[in-house]
Amino acid sequence: MEAYLRRTAVWYGGVGLLTGQVFRSLALPPKYFRLVVQEIEVMGVQSLGVALTAAIFTGMVFTIQSAVNMARFGAESYVGPLAALAILRELGPVLTAILVGGKVASGITAELGSMKVTEQIDALRTLGVNYIKRLVVPRVLAALVVFPLLTVLADAVGVLGGMAIMFVERGADVYAYWNVTTYWVVPKDFLTGIGKSVFFGVIVTLIGCYNGLNTQGGTEGLGRATTATVVHVTMGVIVSDFFLTKLFLTLFY
Amino acid sequence: MSEPVVEAVDLGKRFDSTEVLRGVSFTVSKGETLVVMGGSGAGKTVLLRLVAGLIRPDGGRLRVFGRNIEHLSEEELLPLRRRMGYVFQGAALFDSLSVRENVAYPLREHTNLGEAEITERVVRNLSLVGLSSEVLPLLPSELSGGMRKRVGIARALSVEPEMLLFDEPTGGLDPTNSKLVAELILQLRGGVCDTAIVVTHDVELAKTVGDRVAVLIDGRFGALGPVDAVLGGNDPAVQAFLAGAAR
Ligand SMILES: Nc1ncnc2c1ncn2[C@@H]1O[C@H](COP(=O)(O)OP(=O)(O)O)[C@@H](O)[C@H]1O
Ligand SMILES: [Mg+2]
Repeated sequence: MEAYLRRTAVWYGGVGLLTGQVFRSLALPPKYFRLVVQEIEVMGVQSLGVALTAAIFTGMVFTIQSAVNMARFGAESYVGPLAALAILRELGPVLTAILVGGKVASGITAELGSMKVTEQIDALRTLGVNYIKRLVVPRVLAALVVFPLLTVLADAVGVLGGMAIMFVERGADVYAYWNVTTYWVVPKDFLTGIGKSVFFGVIVTLIGCYNGLNTQGGTEGLGRATTATVVHVTMGVIVSDFFLTKLFLTLFY
Repeated sequence: MSEPVVEAVDLGKRFDSTEVLRGVSFTVSKGETLVVMGGSGAGKTVLLRLVAGLIRPDGGRLRVFGRNIEHLSEEELLPLRRRMGYVFQGAALFDSLSVRENVAYPLREHTNLGEAEITERVVRNLSLVGLSSEVLPLLPSELSGGMRKRVGIARALSVEPEMLLFDEPTGGLDPTNSKLVAELILQLRGGVCDTAIVVTHDVELAKTVGDRVAVLIDGRFGALGPVDAVLGGNDPAVQAFLAGAAR
């Protein structure tokens, strides 16, 4: 128990320290911009399919469930805004962060972890390379672009998927559905969701990097670190989402 | 006499409950090769990593190139590290990059040299370690153990080091390759880089390349002095180590 608490404290401390180092190392030399672009490509291509598939199905399920059940108390006409609010404020950013985050971050852990156990990180250090700038900062910067972008797409696909299923299954009037949705949904609903996704992208990437850079114990340790990243990312997103929601509700309402 | 390149006083290093180094003192002067011997797990790699500033000592003083490095930040250490070349036991080549890009790495990172100049230097460094330009496009996974070591040395030479740090340069090599690497280290010393610390448990290598040799026993230097005096002396702990290493 004591060992567990100590490891947990070390982990939080370590992620905190890494975050500090990243913020102090944001000024990249111009030749590293290529790395940021490369990471954006890797992350984006890796995750677009997963993010959109999850978004369309979740959007359809949430919308149809809401419709069937809200019909019981005669509120089916409000399904559009309800589904849109849920998707824009929560489902879009959170699902994207968990799915894309889990995939991207565990990939980062595997890559940096194998560099760690084969001493390639130390090799960079002995060659006078700032490994935070070389390996971590470009990935964090890429996440700042990729996560909000994918969330925008997931939002759109989710909302449109919901609308499509309403038309097909419930015979909804698409114009009316769209009008009532846009009447009740305001930019703030969309923007707080995007704000969340920016935050999620950063912590998810930092978790992946930290676990990779601190991999110990050869190939076996590498497997453990990668699995740990998936768990840390999922929990990190779910828990921080609660606090972000509280924060945004206080700030913007 | 000029200031020593490395000056360690009473260095200590522990990991959790195990005390690996407990008071190691030595100096390395310009133009000298110090060989550090010791059994497996004696702390040889730890000592080398301390000198390169990859880890921090828990106690003692450590001056490298005339600067106390024990409290320097990673950022402050970077320029010092570029003055030394570290050759890792497992070579630690970047496995996603070709031999050419591995050796070119420090050049691309720290200089604005053009493509032609970079290629020229890469080829020159590879020829210094006895490799032809045929290996340029190969990936580290396509190389033999001995070749990987050589590419590791060539990459370390790319920073134009004033001191080389070798971790078990003959470890895992057959006798023929070991001999070649030993000769290579001797050659480098006469040319591109005259100062080195070589960590090994290979007695033959120590005799070939060392000016002075230290034997790490129980976290301390059980002996430190000219190669012949230490290896031919009658210190019982050293003799016990040599008897073990010879087996
Ligand atoms: N990062 C580390 N964490 C914990 N223990 C370590 C670490 N690095 C080295 N050690 C321990 O220090 C001792 C000496 O290791 P090392 O210097 O690698 O030995 P060698 O002389 O074979 O190179 C070993 O017992 C090793 O387990
Ligand atoms: Mg070792």
